[in-house]
Amino acid sequence: MTKKLLSISDLSILLPTGADRQYAVQDIDLELNTGETVCVVGESGSGKSLTARAVMGLLPAPHVRVGKGEIIFGAEDLTKVTYERLRELRGSEISMIFQEPMTALNPVMTIGDQIDEIFRYHVSMSAKERAEKALSLLVDVNLPDPEKIIDAYPHELSGGQRQRSMIAMALALGPKILIADEPTTALDVTTQAQILKLISDMQKRLNTGVLFITHDFGVVADIADRVIVMQHGKIVETGTTKQVLQKPKHPYTKSLIAAIPRLKPRKARSRAAEVVLKTEGVCKSFGGGKSFFGFGKPNREVKAVQNVQIELRRGETLGVVGESGSGKSTLARCVIRLIDSDEGQIKLGDVDITKLSRKDLRPYRKRIQMVFQDPFASLNPRIRVGDIISQGPILQGEDKEDASKRAYELLDIVGLDRRSFDRFPHEFSGGQRQRIGIARALSLKPDILVADEPVSALDVSIQAQILELLDDIREQMDLSMLFITHDLRVAAQVCDYVAVMQYGKIVEMGPTAKLFKDPKDAYTKSLLAAVPGKDWHFGKLKP
Amino acid sequence: MTRSTKIFKYVGKRLLQGIPIILAIVIINFFLLNLAEGDAVDVLAGEAGSATPEYMEQLRKKFGLDQPLPVQLMVYLKNVLSLDLGYSFRHDMPVNELIYDRFAATGLLMASTIILAVGFGILLGLLAAVRLNTWKDAVITVFALITYATPLFWVGLMMIVVFSLNLGWFPTSGMTNVAAFYEGWDYVVDVSRHLVLPTITLSLFYLALYTRMMRASMLEQYGQDYVVTARAKGLTERRITYVHVLRNALLPVVTMAGVQVGALIGGSVIVESVFAWPGLGMLAFESLFARDLNLLLGIFLLSSMLVVVVNLIVDIIYCFLDPRIEVN
Repeated sequence: MTKKLLSISDLSILLPTGADRQYAVQDIDLELNTGETVCVVGESGSGKSLTARAVMGLLPAPHVRVGKGEIIFGAEDLTKVTYERLRELRGSEISMIFQEPMTALNPVMTIGDQIDEIFRYHVSMSAKERAEKALSLLVDVNLPDPEKIIDAYPHELSGGQRQRSMIAMALALGPKILIADEPTTALDVTTQAQILKLISDMQKRLNTGVLFITHDFGVVADIADRVIVMQHGKIVETGTTKQVLQKPKHPYTKSLIAAIPRLKPRKARSRAAEVVLKTEGVCKSFGGGKSFFGFGKPNREVKAVQNVQIELRRGETLGVVGESGSGKSTLARCVIRLIDSDEGQIKLGDVDITKLSRKDLRPYRKRIQMVFQDPFASLNPRIRVGDIISQGPILQGEDKEDASKRAYELLDIVGLDRRSFDRFPHEFSGGQRQRIGIARALSLKPDILVADEPVSALDVSIQAQILELLDDIREQMDLSMLFITHDLRVAAQVCDYVAVMQYGKIVEMGPTAKLFKDPKDAYTKSLLAAVPGKDWHFGKLKP
Repeated sequence: MTRSTKIFKYVGKRLLQGIPIILAIVIINFFLLNLAEGDAVDVLAGEAGSATPEYMEQLRKKFGLDQPLPVQLMVYLKNVLSLDLGYSFRHDMPVNELIYDRFAATGLLMASTIILAVGFGILLGLLAAVRLNTWKDAVITVFALITYATPLFWVGLMMIVVFSLNLGWFPTSGMTNVAAFYEGWDYVVDVSRHLVLPTITLSLFYLALYTRMMRASMLEQYGQDYVVTARAKGLTERRITYVHVLRNALLPVVTMAGVQVGALIGGSVIVESVFAWPGLGMLAFESLFARDLNLLLGIFLLSSMLVVVVNLIVDIIYCFLDPRIEVN
């Protein structure tokens, strides 16, 4: 039997005066029942996280506060209860898990102690009982070797293990409501699938109401009963998962859904004969230094890239897909010689660039350029956009005026206003900054573009625009692209050829359509099986 | 391997690593000091007023100063390795004896200063951060700003004027009451009374520094995600501040304190002069003008050993405070 757990009505959250809008969240209504999963979906800045925090009374006071409306839980209005009452409810009746389990856990406290606190501050139990309870919780969330993990510090666990510990903590006292704020965004796709399953198993067992905040419609398709779509602090659409995903009414929902990369591979194109980049037996390891005077062990050696063979033909996009730690970024950095590989050859055309000295390498640098993941960190905040773009050609000996002229043209190409030339990077949004990063990479007229997760820091609608831009540019300039990504959906959309990496090795490689349809390697299969919302992509949806 | 054997091995390794560092310091110091014009004989002869060049030659020969520099260095190194720091011609005493007495005095002053500065700095910083934007925070911040900006010697002089001369609470200078010949417990009380003013003077600057650092560090930690988690778990603000935030906020302060022990020896010269505290700082200052190189080198050697050891202690404290730091 379902029972109403939480009802938010007419809630507005005020932003501090001087912010770009008055309300973070405006006039929203939301209901959550027992055993139900409600997903709140929206892009960054839509107010979805603040809504979740308001329920817990965790708004960043005093700047951001509830303006009006009520949050009814049981018989109480959570916006009006005393601080002490709120503290009692937190962790026992309503609990929360967060996006980044590394920073959300106290780094200098063991997992056991952090679970123990919840019992100490909510119920009276003997220390022995508490320790037993904590251990059984860790067993419940399927952590391997729980006796060891209870004494471990957060940094000793993997991302997935940390999030499991967070979930154990959140469910310690069997809360009625679990608020999950993007709990799987920072995790690898296979781990994400496991965590989503864990949350839904625990939910079934405890009949918890789950308020799940996410930006990913794939996740929504997998777990939600009902969906709430938010934009600029307002709810634009609500409905059952089926209604919203299959027959979206609001134009914003429609555009969001249209922007999601599908797991449907692009049409195959004929391959050119010319090989522009070829690697043979590339290896790179880190650490492995000698010990000092025979004291202590030698450093642990990590083989980041092992014996990698890839071939990139003119005009094609080769995707390198893998989870974190698979060595895909290290490979990209070796290929453009940001770091030196230990062994093997990297051939640009006919020239092996691994043996070239810095000076001899310089003429080849401009032929291969990189677009980085984080558009915020990868642009120097003190240099004007025009200079960022024209610096490369000037260093390569081009005339300053020609370089500026080219920078203006490039701004046109990447779809930025020409006036951007004299501005600083911080004046731009994430998507615009990524455009600047692309213009910078293109300024040297490269043959090859190495894109290292170029869209993973961006909202889905911006992501679609950037992918489209990259595709256009590749066509126009006859570029070849090495595209590093963790997201199979993105790879399906942009890559002609895909290489799957695991533990530094390429486990499978082939034309995108073929590889997605008929994966040979077990790891590739598990990756494909873990993609969120894959049923939805292929037209099936849970009823 | 258990944690304690790991730490034991680590200490051994660090001490071994310290040896080449200290040797290098000795050698560099030796050449640096010899770059300065004049030697002990010049000073002695100058003070005597009527030394003939022949007599000076004779003196140099006696002190071994006529040898080429590398030979002098080798002789010095050989002596150092057999724990003999040479002879101070100025004081007519072996350097060993001279500096061990003084070292105890300086060690006492430094230890009390560090305890006062770090302890109170952490307390005041904590209080200011907990009572952010209240009058307590304002008072602490202003106090820290003023003490940070006030020169040491002036503080020292004012302390003497107010607490010794006007109020008569503490003695003006020295480490013991020379005329009293105290023994046992009385001696301890006597030294402690003499210690109060120099310690406060020397620690004020560092106190201000640690207060500001601790306050900033606490505020930074309050903004971290794990604090939101702790609140979401329904912990009390008290628990969050004193268990979660405090321990994380201590880390940068401990690092800074470790780095500054070396600087304290330098700072103590002024305080030791003002309060006539018979420590290494004073001795170093005097021997520099007397060109008493053996004594100076001995002091430098002892200070560098002190810094190496203190850094090691700080690193070990650090790895107990922060489990992310591995000893290896």
